Parts: sequence; C-alpha cells; structure tokens
Amino acid sequence: MNRLMSGNAALGEAAVLSGCTHYFGYPITPQNELTEYMAKRMGESGLCFIQSESEIAAINMVLGAAAAGARAMTSSSGPGISLKQEGISYLAADELPAVIVNVVRGGPGMGNISASQSDYFQATRGGGHGDYKTIVLAPASVQELTEVVPLAFDLADKYRNPLLILGDGMLGQMMEPVDFDGLTRPADYDKPYILTGAKDRPAQTIHSLIFDTKLQEEHNWKLFRKFQLMEQNEVRYETYLTEDAEMVVVAYGMGARIAKGAIRRLREEGLKVGLLRPVTLWPFPAKALQEMAKTARDFFVFEMSAGQMVDDVKLALGGGAHVHFYGRPGGVIPMPVELSRIVARHYYQAQSRDSAVKRKKR
Amino acid sequence: MKTVYERPTLLKEAYFHYCPGCGHGIINRLIVEVLEEMGLGGDAICVAPAGCGMLLYNYFEIDVIESAHGRGAAVATGIKRVRPENLVFSYQGDGDLAAIGTAEGFHAANRGENITVIFVNNGVYGMTGGQMAPTTLLDQVTTTTLRGRDSCAAGHPVRICEVFAALDGTAYLERVAVNKPAAVKKAKKAIAKAFQYQLDGRGFSLVEILSPCPVNWKMGPLDACRWIDEVMVKQFPLGVTKDVTCS
Repeated sequence: MNRLMSGNAALGEAAVLSGCTHYFGYPITPQNELTEYMAKRMGESGLCFIQSESEIAAINMVLGAAAAGARAMTSSSGPGISLKQEGISYLAADELPAVIVNVVRGGPGMGNISASQSDYFQATRGGGHGDYKTIVLAPASVQELTEVVPLAFDLADKYRNPLLILGDGMLGQMMEPVDFDGLTRPADYDKPYILTGAKDRPAQTIHSLIFDTKLQEEHNWKLFRKFQLMEQNEVRYETYLTEDAEMVVVAYGMGARIAKGAIRRLREEGLKVGLLRPVTLWPFPAKALQEMAKTARDFFVFEMSAGQMVDDVKLALGGGAHVHFYGRPGGVIPMPVELSRIVARHYYQAQSRDSAVKRKKR
Repeated sequence: MKTVYERPTLLKEAYFHYCPGCGHGIINRLIVEVLEEMGLGGDAICVAPAGCGMLLYNYFEIDVIESAHGRGAAVATGIKRVRPENLVFSYQGDGDLAAIGTAEGFHAANRGENITVIFVNNGVYGMTGGQMAPTTLLDQVTTTTLRGRDSCAAGHPVRICEVFAALDGTAYLERVAVNKPAAVKKAKKAIAKAFQYQLDGRGFSLVEILSPCPVNWKMGPLDACRWIDEVMVKQFPLGVTKDVTCS
C-alpha cells in the first residue's frame, strides 16, 4: 500500500520494520523529522528512543546498545556526523554493528540546511581516526529506502561493522509515495560477542585498546580482510541507458535523480549519454566503470560538491578514459536543464576532440 | 585455621599495573568483593574508561566493555536500555567524568538512568602523567599547573556529588575514600548500597572515591593517604550527598 511520506519519516519506518529496537538522536536540520518520527513510532511500539544530550552521547549509546546485542541506529547531519566520528571509529575497532544516517547539508562549518553532497570524503574514507572503512549506501528516492535500510542493518550485522546511509536534505525533506510491503526484516545473526553478563559462560570483553603493536597490526589486518570481503561482495550500482553511451554520467543520490532528468533531455536530442549511479559509495563500483570504459571514452561526474567522488572515478579509470566534472557546492541544487546544457557542451567538445585525433592520425 | 582474607574469585590471577600506593587496586578489589557477596558476578556489565582504570578487563572476571574517554555513562545507558536485568556500572576517573565526559555523566544522572557510576577522584590525570584535572585543588602543583592551580586561569575544583545532587534523576550519591582501613570499609558499603539501589530500580547512583595517587602527587604512599584526610576532604567532604530512599 502506498503512503505519502518524507524521506526522513520513511527512513524511520523502514528502520523499525528492519528490526531496529534502539534509536538515539539529537536534533539537527534537515533530519529532525526522522528523530521526531522515531520518538512517536518507537514510543508506540514499546521500543527504546532517547533524545540524547549530544551527537557524541547518541553514538556512544548506540555503541553500548550494539555491545548488548541490539539493532541500534542514530542519525544526524554534517556537523553532528563530525561529532560522531570518534564513536564510529570505536564501533569499527570493536567490530560492533550500527547504522548511522547522515542527511547531508551544505558545509563546511555551520553551512546551511539545504541538500548537499559535501560529506562524501568523510563518509567513504572512514571518517574518524585510525585505519578503517564503513559501507556507505546512497539511496536516491524515498521508495529506495525500503531496500537500503534493511540492507544496511543486515550488512552491519553480517560484517560486524558500522554502516552509513548517506542521504541529503532533499531526500530527507521531500515527500514521495512509498510502499513498505516488499520490506522484509533481515534475519538475526548469532552474536556470541555481545555482553550479557558472565552467567553461563566465561567473562567477555569488548575493547579496542591493544598496547602490543604487533597485535594491533594483526587486528588491523583482520579488519582489512573484512573490508576486502566487502569490496568483493557488496558493490551495488544502477545503470541507465549505458549500453550505447559514449558519455557516462556518474552521479549518486539526489544528484543522480537530477542527472537522470538531464540524460532524458539529452537522449531526446540524440546524444548517447547514460548514467552510472553508485548505490554503494564505498565499496565504490570501480570495476563497473572499468568495464564501461571499454566502450565509453568519456565519464562525466556530477556532484553537489566541489568535487569529491570524482577522485574515485579517476582512480577507478586510471587514466583509461576522459573524466569531466561539474559540481555545485554550498547547498545549491541545480535543475536538470542546467546540467543537460553542461553535459552537452562536454559531449560535443569530446566529439571534436576525437575527430581532431582522427585527423592527426590520418 | 580460619581464612580471613583471600582472593575474590571474580578477581583474575593477574598483577595490577597500578603504581605503588595507588588506590585503584583497592577500589577494583572492593567492586568484585561486593559483586561476589551480592551474587552479581554473572549479571554485571562494567564500562571501563580511558585512563588508569582502562585495563579493568584484565582484572575483573565479569563482562567489561571499554568506553571512549568520557563516554562511559552514555555507553552504560545504551547497555542498560537493552539489558535492564543486568547490573550496569561505569568506572570513571575525574578527567573522564568531570571534564571530557561531563555532559554524558550529567545527563545520564538527569535522566535517572538506572546505572551506577564508580567515580575515582585522585585530583590528577594519572595515566597521562599527572596533569591538572577538574578536581585538582587550588594551589596544587601538577605538570600543567607548575605554580599550583590558580583559579583565575584554571578554574576551581569540581564537586561532582554536589553538582549531581541538584539533579532530580539521582537517587544515591556518596563520597568516600580509600586511604585507611575504616574508610575502605565505608567505601565498600557505599558501593554495595549503590548496586542495591540499581537492583531496586531507583535510578542513578554514584560513589565518588577519593583515591591516593602518590606518584603524581610526588609523595610517599603514607603521606598521600594523610594528605587525603588533611587537605583533600576540605574541598571534597566525605559522606552521603543524596539518598532518595523511596522509589
């Protein structure tokens, strides 16, 4: 059954349906509807909601709840996510599952409360101190949250690692029809590591302090192997009209929604343009890009930032294709028509570049 | 032959890493003695801090999780909200609870979280080498107050029990010491009472323990114990600050 919901509220509903029993949050725009939804929904369902005194407290409550065996979640936006990074690092080091939602706003600093994609680096590079990664899921519609949220809780439990859902102010605030009927609660995992009291078993500990550098190195390699498994198994992306595309637009989240609109216009004009939308920003769909580079010579990265994911596209292609970029940082949300004009210009420039190369070869 | 003193079974066969004359070893032992006597070894979950108490899991034969510096009360909150049937307590130093973790401790207390905080006040940052703590006395010399703590530049020693007493969520707050046998007995009673209050669901309990740190105080162990009585208790008076006997 379709319901009209904001992305923030749908995130909350999807989390509860995915088995989230503990939510800890602190107000920050543009994600407040999520915290408010959880206050209501978890209260009605006898689940645990705490409005914490800070984002730092919230992430540490998540850590405690995860250590005790619960499916726990917190959410925030840019500045608050910065405050959570210490806790996220501890979650990764302790190998504890958690889902963290970042409804990204314009930054840096206080920035503004518009939609932005400025937190890509922070999300995909671990974000906090130390040597770790987190899976980052970037949904592009309210309906997609019904797939992404249960997947998030499942992958967090599967790998015993914190996981980020990276949305933005537009996804959080806009209302779209959403149908939760297809959402299945992810199965529970055995959690022998959790703390329940040493009643029928020897005492257990959860800690990340490892004084012995060799043991710390061993722990880091263990985490690294886990991250390698994620890279092998958890890459997700969507393609749109890429089969014959000469130029592939790479965009994620709401940026990809805008790009899709632009691509539709360009196709009408006869330009062979397609879209690659990474759903996992980390692990990044590098192989998919490399595969596409066999037929497409040009990749056009569009981000609502001054250019962050473009680095990953360049790394993936390793100079094997031309990489173009257009970004609007600071919370500016461009219209598809604006993007289509820029893409068209780059498309025609690439064509004349290629014909000039052909002339030289003759 | 009558056994009057033996290793509590909840204390692992390990050497404490604490410095000579340090109070942490006594406090560690008191906690497990109380847990053992109350039959709570299998129910207890301890949140260890960053600081001198961070290696508790090497000594306690109970479930222990390490917390980031200052976040003990928030981590304990998370655990307790999942497992209300367990006895959940955090072990925190003065830098941990009264400086970096003030917000987490204050608000856990204010929510009346049904947890216990064992708060070790030795007036300095011990593990990092004796810097000024929020509880450092005025004129006390530390590695960051070379001419003694000056209130104009470095503020005043924080009385956590008195501050928390003003919060309606707190059920039991007592300040004790571990500098002489009679004081140690009182400290043990206070810990037992705090745990009992948690079992009874009365809300937030905290036992502040004045604890000697001879190495960082630059004193012999005996002088350190005397200094608690002669100087420290003037700023941090011993006794019950709050006791809400009805639930």
